[in-house]
This record gives sequence, structure tokens and C-alpha cells, in this order.
Amino acid sequence: MKRVLSYLLLSVFAASASAQEIDPTAESRELMGDDNPAFFWETRGEALWKEARGPKKANLSQCDLGLGKGVVAGAYAKLPRFFADTAKVQDLESRVLTCAETLQGITPAEMLKVRFGNGDDQRSEMEAITAYLVSTSKGAAMQVSMKHPKEKAAYALGEQIFHYRSGTHDFSCATCHAESGKRIRLQALPNLTAKADAQKAYVTWPAYRISQGELRTMEWRLNDCFRQQRFPDLQYGSEAAVALTMFLAKNADGGVLEAPTMKR
Amino acid sequence: MSDPMRIRASVVGDKVEVKVLMAHPMESGLRKNADGSIIPAHFIDRVVASCKGKTVLAADWGPAVSKNPYLSFRFSGAAKGDMVSVTWTDNKGDTRTDEAAIA
Repeated sequence: MKRVLSYLLLSVFAASASAQEIDPTAESRELMGDDNPAFFWETRGEALWKEARGPKKANLSQCDLGLGKGVVAGAYAKLPRFFADTAKVQDLESRVLTCAETLQGITPAEMLKVRFGNGDDQRSEMEAITAYLVSTSKGAAMQVSMKHPKEKAAYALGEQIFHYRSGTHDFSCATCHAESGKRIRLQALPNLTAKADAQKAYVTWPAYRISQGELRTMEWRLNDCFRQQRFPDLQYGSEAAVALTMFLAKNADGGVLEAPTMKR
Repeated sequence: MSDPMRIRASVVGDKVEVKVLMAHPMESGLRKNADGSIIPAHFIDRVVASCKGKTVLAADWGPAVSKNPYLSFRFSGAAKGDMVSVTWTDNKGDTRTDEAAIA
């Protein structure tokens, strides 16, 4: 009896500890409600989207994100997808780069002068535009197409990269993200091969990171995971980055988009 | 120039609830750069909210307040449609005022 009781007590402690681990910022999120500093990036992104810029003095309102020219709301829920004009599977970020080049004449190199902001004077236009576009899909359910052979190929490549062990630490994404209930220090690690975790992880990015005072996108998340694995730099909007995004987005099918959210 | 504040004000019971999100670096003056030099302090030290010409909240802030701070408070004596204005001033003398109508 005694043993049973102490076991019960232990599991109660374990349960309360894991609840804290999972969400250390839950309290401030509850207090702040919709007042997320990501709002500043959304506003800036919307202005960038609508402003006539570049050599062609055009705005991005004619950009086709997959739902037709100029349709922004809900587009993110169906990305990445195959685009006939570029004959490639593209995610949101790489598609925006295409649009900026074709519509405005702004090269990807110029768009990516600041890939990721530093939460201070270095501001990334791509992070702001991404925040704005994703915010217009809030409430939409993820529904990624796998009809086109290139979409299937991108998913397969993404899955392969996810499980590919490499680097000085012999790491793969799967080392941390293919088992449930794992954590690093207080940080719960989502199991990206399990539906519920994959959905929760995908629909909450981009996010305002309180600890960095900066809005972070999925492209940043992947990039930072690569850095932590001591992999070579993941090229922004590259085939590898899009394939990994495809793998994560498809695994999150059915998840309802909440982003931009607020994270630790 | 700093980003505009996001101010939302609504009637809750017999009071008005105001929620303000400000864009500000809020540097404490204690952090260091990658090269080891101190990042100069830069933070909001005064926040004043007013409605119909009357101050409804005045606060002295310091370097311990977070970056991109959030402020929420309630006051009485205003109705739907009235304007609430919020002004912050920082230690470098920069200031910004924004306003919103009570919903």
C-alpha cells in the first residue's frame, strides 16, 4: 500500500513538473491575449507587401501564392505546393522571393540582405512579410497537396533529410524529434513524426520569441536546428529547406493555424 | 522612428479596460555587445494615459520592464466612443503618442 501511495505521489509531481516544462510562457500568453508583439512585424509586413518598391516600382499584391493572383488569406495553409510557372515546389518564403523578383525586380540576394533579424536595429523584411502572410491564414486548417509527383518527391526528400545522420555530432532531426515525451532541459521536444505534436509545432510558427525579442519564422527554425546539429548552413528557400518544410507541413495536415504566436 | 503602439480600449462592466502594446528595445544598460562593450541604456521611463483631457494613469518605468512592453489597466468615467491616448517618453527623450477610441 505504502509503495502504491508513494508511486501515486511521484506521478503527481511528475505530472505537474511536465506541465510547467511544456509551457513556461502560458501565463503571460493568457494575460496578454491577442496582444502579441508579433503584431509589429505583421503591420510592417503588410506595409512592405502593399508598397510599390524595386526597379519595377510595383507592389506584391499580384503575387500568386497558390490560390490565384492577389489571394493571400488561407494560402499558407496549402503551402508548400507545386507552382507551374517556376516548375518547382515552393514554400511561402521561397514563393515570396520569386514574386519579389518577377513583380518588383528585387533579387533574392537583396531580399535576404538580412535573413533573420536581431530583435533590434537589424530588421528582416522577409520575417515581416512572412508574419503578415501567415497571420491572414489564422484559423485555416493545414491542407497540403500531394497530388503532383514533385510534391511527393519533395515530401520524400524532406523525410530523408529528417532522418539523415551527419555532422560532427552524428545527429539527425530525428535524433531529437522522432520520440514522444523527450525534452532538453525544460524544453519539451515535439515528436514531429506523431500527428498531434507535428500539428502543434507547425501551426504555432512563426512566433514572437520573448527571449530574443524577435519574430521567428519556420525558415529560421529549420536554420537554427541545422546550426545546433553542426550542419552546414541551410540555404534560405533552397530545395532542401522547402523539402523539409513540405515534410513538416504535410505531417501537420488538419492542424488549425494559430500563428504568429508567442513563445518563450 | 518607432512603430506605432497598438492600443485597444473596451467597456468592461462599469469600467474601461485599456490594453497597450509598445514597440521599444528597453535596453537595461547592463547587457554587453559581442565585442564586450556595454549596450547603452535605452528604456521608457514615463508612461501617461489620458482620456477627455484627464490623466487616468501615470507611471514611472525603469530598465526592468521587458522589451516591447505590454500594459493593461482599467479606469472609470469614460464611455464608448471616447478617445484614450497613451504617451511614452524614454530616457533619451524620444516620445510617442497614440490614441484609440473606446469600443
